Amino acid sequence: MESMAIADRLRAEFPEEILQSYTNQGQVAVIVRPGRIVALLRWLRDTDGVRMDHLRSLCGVDNLRRKDSESSRFEVVYNLYSIPLRHAIRVRASVGDKDPVIDSVAGLWAGADWLERETYDLFGIRFNNHPDLRRVLLPDDWVGYPLRKDYPLKGKGEWIGMTELLAKVKELDRFDFDPERHERGRTAPSQEDEQ
Amino acid sequence: MDILLLLVWIVILFIVVMLHVAYATYFERKIIGHMQVRLGPMRVGWHGLLQPIADGIKSFFKEDIIPENADRPIFLAAPIICLAAMLTSLAVLPFAKGWVLADIDIGLLFIFAMSSLASYGVVLAGWSSNSKYSFLGGMRSMAQVISYEISMGLSLVGVMLLSGSLNLSAIVEAQGDRFLGMYILPQCIGFFVFFVSMLAETNRVPFDLPEAETELVSGYCTEYSGMRYAIFFMAEYIGMMVMASIATICFLGGWHGPFPVPFFPPLWFVLKVYLFMFVFIWLRATLPRYRYDQLMGLGWKVLIPLALVNIVLTACLKAVFTLGG
Amino acid sequence: MSRPVTKHLEIPAADGDGERYSLRMGPQHPATHGVLRVDLELDGETIVTCTPQVGYLHRGIEKLAENKTYAQSLILTDRLDYIAAMANNVGYCVAVERLLSISVPLRAKYIRTMVAEMSRICSHLLWLATHALDIGAMTVFLYCFREREILLDLFEELCGARLTFSYPRIGGVRQDVTAGFIAELQRFLDIFPARIEEYETLIDTNRIWLKRTVGIGRVTGGEALSLGLTGACLRGSGIDYDIRKHQPYDAYDLVDFEVPLGNDGDIYARYRCRMEELHQSARIIQQCIDRLPPGPIVGPDTPDLVMPNKAPARFQAETAAYGTGLVKLIRDQNLYLAGDVYVATEAPKGELGFYFVSDGNNRPYRMHIRSPSFIHIGALAAIAKGEMIADLIANIGSLDVVLGESDR
Repeated sequence: MESMAIADRLRAEFPEEILQSYTNQGQVAVIVRPGRIVALLRWLRDTDGVRMDHLRSLCGVDNLRRKDSESSRFEVVYNLYSIPLRHAIRVRASVGDKDPVIDSVAGLWAGADWLERETYDLFGIRFNNHPDLRRVLLPDDWVGYPLRKDYPLKGKGEWIGMTELLAKVKELDRFDFDPERHERGRTAPSQEDEQ
Repeated sequence: MDILLLLVWIVILFIVVMLHVAYATYFERKIIGHMQVRLGPMRVGWHGLLQPIADGIKSFFKEDIIPENADRPIFLAAPIICLAAMLTSLAVLPFAKGWVLADIDIGLLFIFAMSSLASYGVVLAGWSSNSKYSFLGGMRSMAQVISYEISMGLSLVGVMLLSGSLNLSAIVEAQGDRFLGMYILPQCIGFFVFFVSMLAETNRVPFDLPEAETELVSGYCTEYSGMRYAIFFMAEYIGMMVMASIATICFLGGWHGPFPVPFFPPLWFVLKVYLFMFVFIWLRATLPRYRYDQLMGLGWKVLIPLALVNIVLTACLKAVFTLGG
Repeated sequence: MSRPVTKHLEIPAADGDGERYSLRMGPQHPATHGVLRVDLELDGETIVTCTPQVGYLHRGIEKLAENKTYAQSLILTDRLDYIAAMANNVGYCVAVERLLSISVPLRAKYIRTMVAEMSRICSHLLWLATHALDIGAMTVFLYCFREREILLDLFEELCGARLTFSYPRIGGVRQDVTAGFIAELQRFLDIFPARIEEYETLIDTNRIWLKRTVGIGRVTGGEALSLGLTGACLRGSGIDYDIRKHQPYDAYDLVDFEVPLGNDGDIYARYRCRMEELHQSARIIQQCIDRLPPGPIVGPDTPDLVMPNKAPARFQAETAAYGTGLVKLIRDQNLYLAGDVYVATEAPKGELGFYFVSDGNNRPYRMHIRSPSFIHIGALAAIAKGEMIADLIANIGSLDVVLGESDR
């Protein structure tokens, strides 16, 4: 089926949810409200003639500095593909500015588990009903969400784990390792924030 | 005076065996190297001939690391138990007619006892290292030794029945110096079972689970370093040699050959042992590794029944021939 | 300072539902292919739960890319799947070209297809080598490295690098292939099928290999789809999904090849799939060599890249020496289109997708990398549960993960 036709069928099925649909470089995308995302994706996955059975990717986008966009601060983007029917659609779910939260689709695709964890890890978007929402790439005690646009490019401080590590080295120091010298050898943390 | 002479012999045997062990490692590295389209050691001496000596010196001078939470006395004793048990088994091996340190009547039994004792070294090493990889390696080794000791013992019962003795020299003599006298022909089932058990007993591929590098890092010797690691290594190679010797003695007619060799009677024996060593190495270059439960299954479901069948067959045939003859 | 061992080590009970103990496998472990850590809950040697932990190699590539121009970010993609860096480069360039509507000359398309398939062979050889080594077959490892060496030498001749190539350019490739390179590649293709047979003699019908792979790590087609597996892991379960066929890029719609499929979804099926892919890759390369058309290797409308004939006079001597092009930053904002696009390519490990959001700047507003390894490691827990430690190792090898790509 033509991808735009799917977008139209989707609009007919979920009139309240679809905010906008558009084509870019031949790829069809719809922008939706986050509320019924699971039902929407389930419809895309299970409906005959649509059968988007492959969740290609799931990621977050922070729209803070985006010039062309009027959408909300955060988006969760689902790229879907139908292996038997060979068509694709992109679903962009706008999630709120403060405390971004959306329902988890890990029940539809088991593989979404880690992708949602990654999005939580890097954007701080929380997923309801997620089986195990922890950080995945960064240490558990990391402060902040690095892929947000307001996250500083150069850190002001040291990761808390690093200080602990150095303290541990000092405590266990029976060799020639000198943490003080190690500290001095580092360049002073830059005050510059970003760009 | 006798004791002094015996001591001299022990020292000579020890030195000769250690040299053999050293060069067995060279042998292995060279053969595997050439099988794997590379050269093996080439740098130390001509074609790397001094490599084993360099390795020995290196491991001797390496730092001996003992994990903080290891059970120290056992940790220190384990490699020595291993090596001592393996070395002791050498005492009863007849290298040629009369070339044996202790020509005792229970030679075969003694070898079994010693090889079981050596596995204590492995188990204790795994236990005392206080590392889970070592521990799992020790556990695997224990299970493996228990299962394969049985099939190994049973596989040799046929040989005992045929020769009527446990004395290794007597077993060789019973086979005579004819080619057809070798027990490998009447005992082909027994030889098969023994050969597989021998690989398992010496922790060689495809049964190298206790030290399975890609699963358990290095198994029971994960935490060992320097000379203690080298001792485990030596024990493994002596174990290979002892097992190859037993196979030679029990199935290939020991020191007998097509013609007697003047001045150096054990030549045939040594050649046969090295033939087995070559097969060990060849297998290592060829085969993947069994899984733990598959290994157990093979031991209990295939080898032990086969060995039992072999015993019954041998006993029946012997009874028939003795009565008939 | 002797301490009782039992204080530190919990000993598992013999019965099935006895005491469990945990084993932290990695990040330094011979079989975890980099810095993967797997926290295991074990009952004897059976895995009760398996929790993979990644992130040891996280370099923030997605964040870095937001602050570099499109041409500059190319070198970051080398560091994703460093086993098959060329496939990442090609994937990245294809995605950026789609985003910015840049056309690629036919010759460059063929060259990129060729080098991407060489990269696939490299990656599959390394996979086979380590996978076989994990299961204990040592010799296959060195056999594979023998052929991989030839390919790496070829890459070196092509672009001067053996690991991080950065050879493709947005809108083309950096340098033209030489006749010597083509001749060497042809010589490789002539010997390669016989070499594949050589690997297969060692393991293909080996009873121990079969015992270790058949029926282990079984994933049905539905499960594989749900877990997001792609590449040979999905095709091993019988689902015909190869982006080279589904959404052809570069010259894949111009060459003839088959997509090998498995049925059982076990380690052996994945192994067979990848072995067949080696043959198919060699076939594609052969066709690329035969059909390589003459012509330019960089498109005319390429941003960030100045062609010798268009370059200012003072650059001409320099660019003529290069023969092709010189990277130069252009801050002409009109070249960059706003919008978002998701473009996937079939990397050796699976579907490598780039999701770009552009706001018309010369830097991507957001670049998301859909890395197959990350998703495959996420699936490991489901696949390895209930099997033994040795099977976990075989499974990690069979999923063919690279931590650089997983952690980004």
